[in-house]
Amino acid sequence: MNTITYGEMARLRRSNPELFSTPLITRVRTWALWLGFVGTLAYGLWWVDANPMRIVNGLNKLGLLVSLMIPPHPGDGFWDYVHAMLETLGMAFLGTIIAAVLAVPLGFLGAKNVMPNWLFHFGLRRIYDGFRGIDGLVWALIFVSAVGLGPFAGVLAIAVGDLMIFAKLFAEAIENVETKQVEGVRAAGGNDTHVMRLGVFPQVLPVMMSHVLYFFESNVRSATILGIVGAGGIGLQLSDRMRINNWQEAAFIILMILVTVAIIDNISRRIRARLIDAAPQA
Amino acid sequence: MTTMGHSEGGFAAGRPQRLVAFEQRFAAERRRKRLWTLLQFGLFSIALAGSIVVSDFNLNGLMNGLPKAWNYIVGTLPSLSLETLGADLADWYWGLRFWLRLLVETILMGFVGTVLGGLVALLLCFPASRNLVENTGIYFAARRSLEFLRTVPELVFALIFVFAFGLGPFAGVLAIAVHTAGSLGKLFAEVNENVDPRPIEGVRAAGGNWPMLMRLGVVPQALPNYASYLLLRFEINVRGASALGIVGAGGIGQELYVAIRQFEYTDISAIMLLLIATTSIIDITCETIRHRLIGQDMQAGH
Repeated sequence: MNTITYGEMARLRRSNPELFSTPLITRVRTWALWLGFVGTLAYGLWWVDANPMRIVNGLNKLGLLVSLMIPPHPGDGFWDYVHAMLETLGMAFLGTIIAAVLAVPLGFLGAKNVMPNWLFHFGLRRIYDGFRGIDGLVWALIFVSAVGLGPFAGVLAIAVGDLMIFAKLFAEAIENVETKQVEGVRAAGGNDTHVMRLGVFPQVLPVMMSHVLYFFESNVRSATILGIVGAGGIGLQLSDRMRINNWQEAAFIILMILVTVAIIDNISRRIRARLIDAAPQA
Repeated sequence: MTTMGHSEGGFAAGRPQRLVAFEQRFAAERRRKRLWTLLQFGLFSIALAGSIVVSDFNLNGLMNGLPKAWNYIVGTLPSLSLETLGADLADWYWGLRFWLRLLVETILMGFVGTVLGGLVALLLCFPASRNLVENTGIYFAARRSLEFLRTVPELVFALIFVFAFGLGPFAGVLAIAVHTAGSLGKLFAEVNENVDPRPIEGVRAAGGNWPMLMRLGVVPQALPNYASYLLLRFEINVRGASALGIVGAGGIGQELYVAIRQFEYTDISAIMLLLIATTSIIDITCETIRHRLIGQDMQAGH
């Protein structure tokens, strides 16, 4: 029988203290992190004035709104809504395509294996990252001011908002290409253009296409709201209906958005699955 | 493939026929492929043409619009000169204290919204994981409700909540929380579906009930991934919070909206630069933490 004596225990405790208790510094750090977290949360809740009275009152009003929404009804604007929805889809499609086309050269510029200069690469990537910080709706506001109300401003907002993200994703795709094909083209006597066209492009095209489709999906979602600031599409109809307290029609438009987004997601997911299958890897 | 047609002797008699059959197949395959490409190209062209028609996009508008947009952007930049740089900067950022306060509000909105949404997501993600619930009805209901929360745009929730809870950041926080619950719930559920089932079986064998299974069998495995997604969402939500002010739901968006509407050009660029700087700092910080959190997993995986 092996029994462990108190003496042995004490010796083990001395030699491996970390097995018996967490070091003080770790414990203090954990506690400080939790305290900071809870403190920030409490401060935030205080800042936004989240008191129980307000929540209860708001929920009552929310319940009233929901009861006003039922049943959703298109009124006599059904075809207007369909047209606005098509406009939304068109804005998303055109904006995505423009951004993607313009992003191809930017992507090549930002790829480490095309532009090996470290400083250039780092600076350009930070610029690409920085532009992501501006929400699409802010771009829409700016373009509505610059080129006037209407879907054209929405197209520009989507294109500009996505351009830098595409550039970054494309650059990453280009950096991840297999070098074997590139070497193959070079070994067969291809010049730099040939290498890009025959060695790099066929590898990155499916990845790029997949990104483009994914962004089309997400742009359809964001295009539905651009109208709220006057950039065309279904958002304009929605915010109008809300402004005049026509909640049945607002609910109908929201349902329309849900259905459209679901359909687009479904189609795009299928195409993307195919594209990824066709791609050698990645 | 490369030696086809080049080898000599041996089976010369059978070759031409096989070669003919091969070439026929090749031609047929190529025709089919070309047809597909043509069809896809046609569909794409139709979609493009349709989009151009419905979105009023024309070359004329573009030619007029692009210079206008460019002038606008250039117009927002302040005139800085090297001699009076300090004074110019002070003039440009005249409202810095006020803007910083609104930036703090924006970040806090993102933070509180992410935490509240994350809590709801944590509750909903277990019934939305296929491997953790036997009742398909519960699974279906949980999945659909997450989908609903996620698909209705954040800004639409914000509009509705501004009506119900009044103007101000509280409506924005709720809108962020609701949307976050939907998207994080789905991601958490996907993490849950990929956990190792053995710890769950262990807890079950030891007599644990369903909440215990989740708490002791699933959560310890999934926690680093939850945290990583939570941080990612926080980045996104700070960005989103900056736009919510446009509909009156608090944050710096309101100030930006006013600046754009009243054509206070230099204010626009000042606030936008502040926003870019803030979101970049948050992105970099969160990315560092995330890499640390899932660093071990990645090393094990590769």
